[in-house]
This record gives sequence, C-alpha cells and structure tokens, in this order.
Amino acid sequence: MFEHKVIIVGGGLAGLRAAIEASKYADVAIISKVHPLRSHSGAAQGGINAPLGNHPEGRDDTWEKHAFDTVKGSDFLADQDAVEIFTKEASSRIYEMEHWGVPFSRTEDGRIAQRPFGGAAFPRTCYATDKTGHTILHTLYEQVIKRKIKVYDEWQVTSLAVESGLCYGIVALNRLTGELSGFLADTVIFATGGAGRTYSKSTNAIINTGSGMAIAYRAGVPLKDMEFIQFHPTTLVGTNILMTEACRGEGGYLVNVKGERFMKDYSPKFMELTPRDIVSRAIQTEIDEGRGFENEYIYLDLRHLGRKKIMERLPGIRDICIHFIGIDPIESPIPVQPGQHYTMGGISCNERCETEVKGFYAAGEAACVSVHGANRLGGNSLLETVVFGKIAGEYAAKYATGVEKSLIGKKSVQDLLKKDTERIERLLTKSGREHPGHIRQELKKAMNEKLGIFREKKPMDEAFARIKELKERYKDVTLSYKGRKYNLDLARTLELEYKLDIAEVITIGAINRQESRGSHWRLDFKDRDDANWLKHTTARYTTEGPIISYEPVKITRFKPEARKY
Amino acid sequence: MNREVVTIKVFRFDPDKDKEPYFDSFKVQVKKGMTVLEALFDILENQDGSLGFRYSCRGAICGSCAMHINGSYRLACQTQIEKLEVEEIVIKPLGHLPVIKDLVVDMRPFFEKYESIIPYLISNPKKDPLLFSSKTKQRGQVDPSPSASGGGSKSGNSETKEQLQSLKERARIDEMIDCILCGCCHASCTMTLTDKDYLGPATLLKANRFYMDSRDKGGISRLKLVDGEHGVWRCHTIFNCNEVCPKYINPTRSIAKLKRGLIKNKILGRM
Repeated sequence: MFEHKVIIVGGGLAGLRAAIEASKYADVAIISKVHPLRSHSGAAQGGINAPLGNHPEGRDDTWEKHAFDTVKGSDFLADQDAVEIFTKEASSRIYEMEHWGVPFSRTEDGRIAQRPFGGAAFPRTCYATDKTGHTILHTLYEQVIKRKIKVYDEWQVTSLAVESGLCYGIVALNRLTGELSGFLADTVIFATGGAGRTYSKSTNAIINTGSGMAIAYRAGVPLKDMEFIQFHPTTLVGTNILMTEACRGEGGYLVNVKGERFMKDYSPKFMELTPRDIVSRAIQTEIDEGRGFENEYIYLDLRHLGRKKIMERLPGIRDICIHFIGIDPIESPIPVQPGQHYTMGGISCNERCETEVKGFYAAGEAACVSVHGANRLGGNSLLETVVFGKIAGEYAAKYATGVEKSLIGKKSVQDLLKKDTERIERLLTKSGREHPGHIRQELKKAMNEKLGIFREKKPMDEAFARIKELKERYKDVTLSYKGRKYNLDLARTLELEYKLDIAEVITIGAINRQESRGSHWRLDFKDRDDANWLKHTTARYTTEGPIISYEPVKITRFKPEARKY
Repeated sequence: MNREVVTIKVFRFDPDKDKEPYFDSFKVQVKKGMTVLEALFDILENQDGSLGFRYSCRGAICGSCAMHINGSYRLACQTQIEKLEVEEIVIKPLGHLPVIKDLVVDMRPFFEKYESIIPYLISNPKKDPLLFSSKTKQRGQVDPSPSASGGGSKSGNSETKEQLQSLKERARIDEMIDCILCGCCHASCTMTLTDKDYLGPATLLKANRFYMDSRDKGGISRLKLVDGEHGVWRCHTIFNCNEVCPKYINPTRSIAKLKRGLIKNKILGRM
C-alpha cells in the first residue's frame, strides 16, 4: 500500500495546479491514467479569460464585468459567490503562470495579448496562439518537476475509499502490470476531467470517460447539474476535432449553403460571438431546416482573414484541417458541425472545492462548483482549472496536515482493495455473451441522438430505457483478453461501467428539468422557468438508480433577467 | 489497388512471455478519413483485445501515439490510411526505448533526459532548487549574470503584473513551444541509439526553448547543461529529427544555436 498526505487524481491542469499548491504544505502525489502531458487540457486552444484590460477596447475591464458575463452566460444558474472568487482570482493566476513561463502571445507593447470570445463585449481572452492549453499544460508540468512532486502515471483509479462520511484514499490499477494497489491518504482531490466520451460526437480526448465523476458518485458523493452538456458550435466534420472559438474571435464567419452569415437571424448584435449554446442551436437549426451542406454541416470561413493572420493566430487550426480533412483554411472554408464539448455538471462541491465527504475534494471539469451553470463561456474552463485547482490544493493540504487517520483508514482501503481485486478477477475470468464495444457504441449513439442540442421527453425516455437495458447487458459482458499486462480491454470495460452511470444521471436530470436553460433546450418546454427551475439538480447513487433532489442557486449581485444577446 | 481493405502488420512483444518479437497481421476495413489510430482501435475491439498501444487526444496534440508507421515515425492519430497509398501497413513501436508490450514503450529514459536540463523557466538562479542539486552542480556552476540570450525588457519580479516580452522576443521561442514531447525525433536519431546517454533532439530543443526565452535567467548555466560529449556535440546534424517531427519543428536548428552559444561564450572567456 502507498501512503501520501494528499493524493490528486488527474494530471491535467486542475490536478497539476492543485499539486503545485498542496506541495507548499504537505506531501503530495499525482495519480493519472495517462502521463500528465497526455491529458485533455492540452487540447484547449483558444484561450483563458481574465480582466487584465490589456486590449484597448477592454481597458476598463473589471472582475465585476467578467462575473456578470459569466453569470449571464450561465443563464443565471451559476452560484454567484463562487463566480466572484473565480473572477477576482483570474488576473493573479494569469500573471503567476506568465512568471512560470507560459509563452502567452503578446501585444505590440509586450503585454499579454487578449482576443474576443463569445459572451463578452470586448477582448478578455488571453492566449498563446491557438495552443493555449498545450502551453499551459507543459508549463505547469514543468513546475511539478521543479517541485519534485511524485507522479504515478498510467494508474487508473477504480474506487474511492469513503466510510462514515470520511475519505481515506483510493484503489488503483497499474495499467502496465494489471495489479491493483491501495493508496492511503488524508485527503483526496479528484481532478479527473469531463465525460465527453459518453457521446459519439465529441471534441474530447478518448480518455474523457467521466470515470472520476462516477467513482465519486458510487462512493456516495452527489453529482450536480449533469444534464447541462455543452455542444461546441464548430467541430470538424468526421473527427469532431475542436475548431476553436478563436476562429470566430479573430473574425471568422459562419456561413450556410446560401452563402449567408446566418447568425444575423439569431443574434444580430453579437453575431458569431454569441455564447456557444445559442450558436450551436443556430447551426443545428440551419442544418435541420435544409440550409446546411449535405444535411450535415455548415462552413466556418476564415479566408478573408488572410494568410498572415491565420498563420500568426490560428496555425494549429490550419495544421489540423490539412491533416485531418485535407483542406487549407487559407484557401477553403472549413466544414463544421456542433459536437459535445464540455460537462458543466460534475462532482458537487462548494467554492472551497469541498464535497459532502470530509477529506474529499474536486476541481476542474470533474467538479461542479458551480461557476458555469447551464452554459460555460469559452475561455472560462482553463481559468476554472487554475483558480479552483489552487483552492482545492490549498484546502486539501491544510486539512491533511491536521488529521491522522491511521488504523481506520488503512482497514477501509484494504477492504476496498480486496473488493476491487475480486471485481477485476471476476471480469477477467467470467465469460458472457456481451461485447463491451457494442454496448459502448450503442450508448454513445443513444446519447448523441436523444440527449443532444434539442431535447424532448419521448426520445429522452427512450434513451433512459436504452441505458437501463445496456446496464443489464453489461452484467453479462466478456473480455476478449484475460491477461493482466497493459490490458486495454479491461481498462476500457471498467470505464464503460462508469459511463453507463454518468449517462443515466445526465438523462434523468434532463427528463426531469421541464424548462429550457442554457445548453439544456427542451422542444416541449421552450422557456426558462425561474419560478420552478432556478435550482441545481443533485443526483445520489443507489443500486436502484439515482435519487434526484434540488438545491437553491446562490444569487448575490445579479438578479436573473432575460438572457438576450 | 484495393484500398477498401488494408493489411496491418503490428509488432508484438511481451518481454515477460515472448522470446523475441513477432508480427501479427490484421485486415481492416478502411473508411473515409480513417487514421492508423482508428485502425488500431478496430483491431483492439473486433479482432484482438490483447493489443497494447497508447492513445489520448486523437488530435495530434497530446503526443501519446507516436510510433513507426511504414518507414517513418509518425503520430498514429495524424496518419490517414488512404494517404499512405499502400495495401500493407507495418507498425512498430518507438525505437531506442525499451518495449513494455507491443507498441507501448518505456518513456522513462526519454523523460529523465528531459528533466536533466532544468526544463522550466529559471526566474531566480540563486534560489533554484535543481540548479543547486548535487547532480547538476557538477555540470554547471550557477551564473547569475543576465540571460545570454539577450536580456530582454523586464518589468521587475512582481507577480502582480506580467513581465514584458516584445513581439520579437516572443517570436524567438515560437517554434520550440510547439513540441509535444512525443518522442518521434528521439526514436529517429541515430545518435540516441549509439550513445545511450545522449540527451537527444527533444531535450536539446527544450534547452534551447528556455535559453532563447527573454524571461529566463539561466544564461550560461543553461549552456553548461548541454555541453560535453553527451550533449549538443553528439549531434551529427543528420536531420532525422527534423524530417519526422509531426509538428514540423527543426530540433537540429536548436542544437546548432546552442552550439553557437557555447562557442561564442567560450571564445569570449565567459565559460
């Protein structure tokens, strides 16, 4: 058994930032199913928001303006006390990372450059060309090396040890050897990312399976607002690789088959830079009403930006287009369609990243604080990872220095290790009739088709029934490889079980929520209904399925108003 | 040529079980735009669940799936089957690193080299933990003089504001920051094969990334870390790294810049 004061699961931006902070106070280790540099954070392109006021149009930017834009973007479902911390801390986190070496793009006078993004009236998004996540991920990893923080990479967590409301550690599978080990800890932080791969069309890395959320959920920690799934307006047709919002921030157009910039019909003032939920619905409407190409996509046109600007600001986008679809955006428009992009919901926690379970914390996309509410603004996800990563690291480490768990904890982790050992042994030895790959494909397809941009009761009920059926079939699953060493079949089948949990929670939350708010758009309930639904959904695990309850939204400064752009 | 079905020959090896490596052949139905990574998933899901390979982003940014595909090191996710224009694809793991299983190699030797050059911005050389650790002390004494890469326009050390960096200064590191540490260059380099201690192109590129950053205060100590027979001088400018890099980076150029910096500072008696 391994022992650390603080264990952080996930080596993306939130996990690394938490580790850097926690290492100031306590012994800390990072556990990740991939090497930290392979984390999905690296795929973030466009930028990170902070009211630096470096752009002439945004000179008088303030945290209050950033907070208002975030709350309005969230369709008033974000908790405003958390948003206040989020936006007040933003500039410090950016300056700190600049001092650590993040190669931000610069203004003429050498300051951090800022570009326009959706949902803000002027440029607030700091960036490093269109590789912002990549450069920040590498820089934070460099800081982890500097601090000599222990990293267990290619360890996949299987369970969280919780007893009587206290967290004692985790059990994890070493992918290289196939052996399980217990990790005893005084505090555990989950920074395990989102659940994008419950959908068939997603911008997310293949590793984003939502396992962390589901492991916490199974250990008794509630999930919050899981029905709010962000669909990014512009993903490359075929692979659904992200085409950053910065394409539009830098002046790119969205064009339908008639050659029209159709956003004029949906949001004449903000046009292409309207928040993502609205732009995605607009694109889907164009496609559904026959104004798309091949009933599948519309064009993202960058040609008028010219070679110089594209090469300077969007070089990564150009490379992706050339390699993955064989077109050069300097010469041709990019065929794009909306695709799953972000999980607004997650492990329910407060603005100190504390969950209901003492000693257990969550940060980043895996967590729901909530600062994104029903729709996240572009550029706010990277910010969330570093603001709340730091907070989680600090609170978890300080709490850990004050506790001694010893015997109870050890027993708890040992018991869980025994249980998981048996579970994996069973998976590796039994033979059933079901192929995990088929269940995975059917699940992702159902989610994409029935819990997408436009939702209504009947298809969602069908999806719910399908998930129930797939859960039953999962019990009869068989692995095609029974060896231990680097067994991807085992690793992915474990992830599949968690995916099924997550899909169930998303679906039941969406069926229950009889209104349209942010990303959750009901064709059968087209209006936002503050009287009945200005509240967070909470799902608790039981063996019979989730139990749903509701919690009030914290409203401090900004009274809910109609959300118009 | 019938490209609807392609034969994929995959290197197989489990050092714990197999006496020596062998190849397995699989037939894969090619779909439009299908990548080698997708073909590997097809094999894993439908033909052989025991296959080992690494993956994550599938968008050529995470660096997990570097491997040897038909004569060159590439990212499997960035390589489309149709574009290879062959009926048989041969896939092998990254070279010059120990095989763990099939296409999965032990990247530790690669990352240990990367860690040896102090791969982070040195803002205060007098306080730097690694610069003062016993291992690196032998290699280079700390040089507190301003960055040899040009000084740059600084606005003090306070973290309540950014350090200023001109567009020209920022442009100097433009190429190097694209590196995803996938290991293609390391595997393609003949010198990493013949000299196990050679730092290799990716690590030296990283060294140059910091050496060229106007905000870095490592200065001459950066050069000292890459001096010597296992450092920049081991590079024989064969340009393999340059040819295979999936991000079109030229590590050879970075190595040449470091060499030039070393010669200049030695001639001037600074080191």
